Amino acid sequence: MVPILQMQGITKTFPGVRALDNVNLTVMAGEIHALVGENGAGKSTLMKVLSGVYPHGSYEGEILYEGRPARFSGIHDSEAEGIIIIHQELALVPLLSIAENIYLGNEITRRGVIDWPETYKRTEALLAKVGLKESPQTLIDSLGVGKQQLVEIAKALSKRVKLLILDEPTAALQENDSQKLLDLLMEFRAQGITSILISHKLNEIARVADRLTVLRDGATVSDIERDAITEARIIRDMVGRDMAHRYPDRTPKIGEVLMQVEGWTVHHPQHADRQVIRGCDLTVRKGEVVGIAGLMGAGRTEFAMSLFGRSWGQKISGKVTLKGRAVALNTVSDAIAAGLAYVTEDRKALGLVLDETILRNTSLANLGAVATRGVIDANRERKVAEDYRSALNTRTPSVFQKVVNLSGGNQQKVVLAKWLFADPEVLILDEPTRGIDVGAKFEIYSIINQLADQGRGVIMISSEMPELLGMCDRIYVMNRGAFVGELTRDEASQERIMEAIMAADGRELRVGGEV
Amino acid sequence: MSATPQTGTGQGASGGVGAYLKNNMRQYGMLLALLAIMIFFQIMTDGTLMKPVNLTNLFLQNSYIIIMALGMLLVIVCGHIDLSVGSVAGFIGALAAVMMVDYHIHPLLTIILTLAVGAMIGAAQGYWIAYWRIPSFIVTLAGMLVFRGATLWLLNGKSVGPFSKGFQSLSTGFVPDALPFVAPALGLERLNALTMLAGVVIVAVILWSAARARARAAAYGMADEPFAFFIGKNAVIALAMLYISWLLATFRGVPNVLVTMGILIVAYMFITNSTTIGRRIYATGGNEKAAKLSGIKTERLTFLTFANMGFLAALAGLIFAARLNTATPKAGVGFELDVIAAVFIGGASMSGGVGTIVGAVVGAFIMGVMNNGMSILGIGIDYQQVIKGLVLLAAVIFDVYNKSKSH
Repeated sequence: MVPILQMQGITKTFPGVRALDNVNLTVMAGEIHALVGENGAGKSTLMKVLSGVYPHGSYEGEILYEGRPARFSGIHDSEAEGIIIIHQELALVPLLSIAENIYLGNEITRRGVIDWPETYKRTEALLAKVGLKESPQTLIDSLGVGKQQLVEIAKALSKRVKLLILDEPTAALQENDSQKLLDLLMEFRAQGITSILISHKLNEIARVADRLTVLRDGATVSDIERDAITEARIIRDMVGRDMAHRYPDRTPKIGEVLMQVEGWTVHHPQHADRQVIRGCDLTVRKGEVVGIAGLMGAGRTEFAMSLFGRSWGQKISGKVTLKGRAVALNTVSDAIAAGLAYVTEDRKALGLVLDETILRNTSLANLGAVATRGVIDANRERKVAEDYRSALNTRTPSVFQKVVNLSGGNQQKVVLAKWLFADPEVLILDEPTRGIDVGAKFEIYSIINQLADQGRGVIMISSEMPELLGMCDRIYVMNRGAFVGELTRDEASQERIMEAIMAADGRELRVGGEV
Repeated sequence: MSATPQTGTGQGASGGVGAYLKNNMRQYGMLLALLAIMIFFQIMTDGTLMKPVNLTNLFLQNSYIIIMALGMLLVIVCGHIDLSVGSVAGFIGALAAVMMVDYHIHPLLTIILTLAVGAMIGAAQGYWIAYWRIPSFIVTLAGMLVFRGATLWLLNGKSVGPFSKGFQSLSTGFVPDALPFVAPALGLERLNALTMLAGVVIVAVILWSAARARARAAAYGMADEPFAFFIGKNAVIALAMLYISWLLATFRGVPNVLVTMGILIVAYMFITNSTTIGRRIYATGGNEKAAKLSGIKTERLTFLTFANMGFLAALAGLIFAARLNTATPKAGVGFELDVIAAVFIGGASMSGGVGTIVGAVVGAFIMGVMNNGMSILGIGIDYQQVIKGLVLLAAVIFDVYNKSKSH
C-alpha cells in the first residue's frame, strides 16, 4: 500500500487561536480513512487546508499528494488534482436540474454552446454509478436529502475524483439511506477511489473505515488500524477520558398523566387531500421521557409541529388534554401559554435568530416575563440570560455574543435556555443532539434528565435509536404518519423498533396502501 | 487611558477607551463620520454651515426625511422595504391642500383626517405584504405608482395653495419665547431664552438618565463601558446640544418641526430599544420562522410596521406641504430614495433584523449636511448626486467590512 496523501506537521493559526497544531494525516491509496473529533477539534480546518481554501503559505507544514508536494492556492487547484470535498451543507442549486448541477461550472460545451444530449447521456451514466434512479432533468428541489447527497457524489465522480472527502455525509440521512451511502463508499473502494470520511456516527465508522485518525483540540491524538477500531476506544481518544456511560443515569419518578393527545390527524399544507398524520394517540406523564422513533419521512416532525400551535399542516383534528383539561392549541402563543415548548430539529433555520445575541435569543419566547407593561427591563433580562448560561454551562465569553459565533452544542443550549425560560410543562425535543459532539451530547442528556426530574414531561424525537433506547422510559414507533408500536424501556431494542416499522409496512402493502 | 477597574463580565478584551471604541466601531463610526463631514463643510464654507440661520434651515429641510426614516427603519429591520413613501407623502399633502383650500375644512381636522388616511394607506399595503406574503418591493412599487397618479389626479396637474398661517406653522413656525424679558436683562440683542432653557433642561435630563442607567447596570455588576468613555461621550453630547441650543436661541428659537421631530425620535428610540414590540420586530426581521415558532405574531407586526410607515409618511407630507405653502404634483418625488439611503447609511441591514434609530437619524443628517454644504459651496446638482451615491456605497462597504472583521 502506498500513501496517496501525507499531511505533515500542519499548523494553522487564526488571530488568537491555534486551530491546528502540528497535525499529521496519512491516507493510503484505496482506503476509507475516517477522521473523527469533537466539534472544534480542527477537522474542517484541516480539510480546508487540504483543498486549498486556505492557500499554500497561509499554514505551516507540508502536503504530499501522490508522492509530490502539493501547493494549492484554491479549490480549483485541488479539484484539478482529483481531490473533491462534499460538505455537510449541500452546495446544490435547488431550482436547477440534476444534470445542470452536476456540470455546473464544468459544462460540456461545443464552441461555447452547451451540448445537452451529451450532458444528459453522461449524467445518466453517473447516476447509474451511484444508484440513483432519477431523470437527469429532475429538479434538485424535488429530491430528498439522501438523493441530493447522491447527486453530490455523482458530481464528484464527474470530476474524475481520486480522493473523495465527505464531511458528515450521513448527518441528515436516515438509517437506510446512510447504509446505501456507506455501501457506495465501499464500492468506490473496490474501484480504487480513496475516501476520507468525517463523521460523528461511530458505528458507521466501525463498519466501513480501514483506518482512523482522531483529532482533539487541533492536534492528532491517535491513528487506529481497522482491527483496533472500537466505539469505546474512539470515544476515549476524542474526549480524552473514558466515558463509561454515554447516557447519564436517572431513576424515573413517573407521576400522573400530564398531556394526552387523541386521534391527532393532519393534512399536508399544500395538498389538502393528503393525510400526513393519521389518528395518533400519545400520552406523557409527569417526569417521563417519551421517545418517538421512526424513519425519515415518518411524520415525527410534522406531528410535533402541528401539535405546537398548528405550525405545520392544515385541516388538523384531534383532542389535546393538558393536566386533565381540554386545550385548543390554535397558535404558537396558545401552545406556549398552555405549557408546551418545541425545540426544533433545525436550530439555525427555525430555532435561533442567528445575528442576535445569546441574551436576546434567551428571552424571545417569554419576553413578557422580563417586561413590565411592554417595556423590557434590561437588567432583569440580562440576569435571566446569565443565569441560564451558567445553569446550562454554555461556553461563551459573554451573553452579548451573537449566537452565529457559537458551536453547534452551545447553540443548542441557547435554544434550550429559551424554552426553559418559557417554563413549559411538556417539552418536545426534535433531534436535540443532531450535529453535536459527544461531550456536548452528554450535557444535553443530563439537562433532559433534570427536566424530567423536575416533573416535566419530555417528548424526544430522534433518528439515533441508541439515543432513544438510552434516554426514554417509553418509545412510540412511528411509520407513515401513524404510531405503529409502543415499547416500554424494558421491551425496547433496535430490533423491536425496526420490526414494528417493517410489520407496519408489510400491512400497508398487503392492503394496497399508498407508497 | 482609563484606570477604572473592569466591572462585570466585560466584552471580550475590552480594556480602556480605545479598545472599547474599537469593539463598538460600528456603533460610533457613523457618528464620527457625521462630525467629520460637519467640520469639513464648516471649514469649506467659512463657517456658514453652523450659522444660526443655516442650522435652522438644516433642520427644516431634513425634518420630513428624518421623520420618514424612523418608520423606514422599522420596515427595513422587519425585513421589508417601502418604496411608496414619497408618493404617499405627496398624495397626503395634495389631499390636505384640496381639503383646506377647495373645501375649507379646518386645518386641525384636516391634519387628523389626513394622518388617518396615511395610516390606512400603509395598512392597506401592509395587509397584502403581511397576510398574503406578496413581496413588499412589489406592493409598494405599485403603491408608488398609484399614489403618484392619485396626486396628479387630485391636483389636476396644478399646484394648490396657499395655506392658512395655522397650517404653515406645522413646519415654518417657531415656539414662541415665553421669557422675552431675559435677553434685555442680560444685555443681549437677541436671545430666545426659552430655547436656551429648554436646551439646558434636556441636557440635564439626558445626563441624569445616563447616570441612572449606569448606576442600575452597576448594581447588577454589568457596567461594561469604561468610565472615562462614559464621561467623554456624555460630555460631547451635552456640549453639542448646548451649542445647538445657543445657535437656535440666537436666531428665532426652536422651530415647531424640531419639537415634533425630537419627540418622535425619542419615542421611536424607546420603542426599538426597550419595548417588547420593538424587540419582536427585530426578531421577525432576523429570522421570521424562528420568531414565529417562539410565539411571535409576525404577520401582525409586519402589518403594524407598514401602517406606522403610512402614518409617518403622511406626517412628512403635511410638513413638506406646509413648508412650501403649496401642494405640487412634484412633491415627494424621490423622497423614498433619500429615506432608504439614510437608513442604510445608518447601518441597517438589507436582510433585516439589524439597524438603529440613532443610526437612521445620523444617516439622514449625513445626507442632509452634505446636501446643504454642497449647495452652499455652489456645487452643481450633477456632482451632488454622484457624491451622495458614492457616500451611500462607501458607508455600506464600511459596514460590511466591519462586520466581516468582527467575525
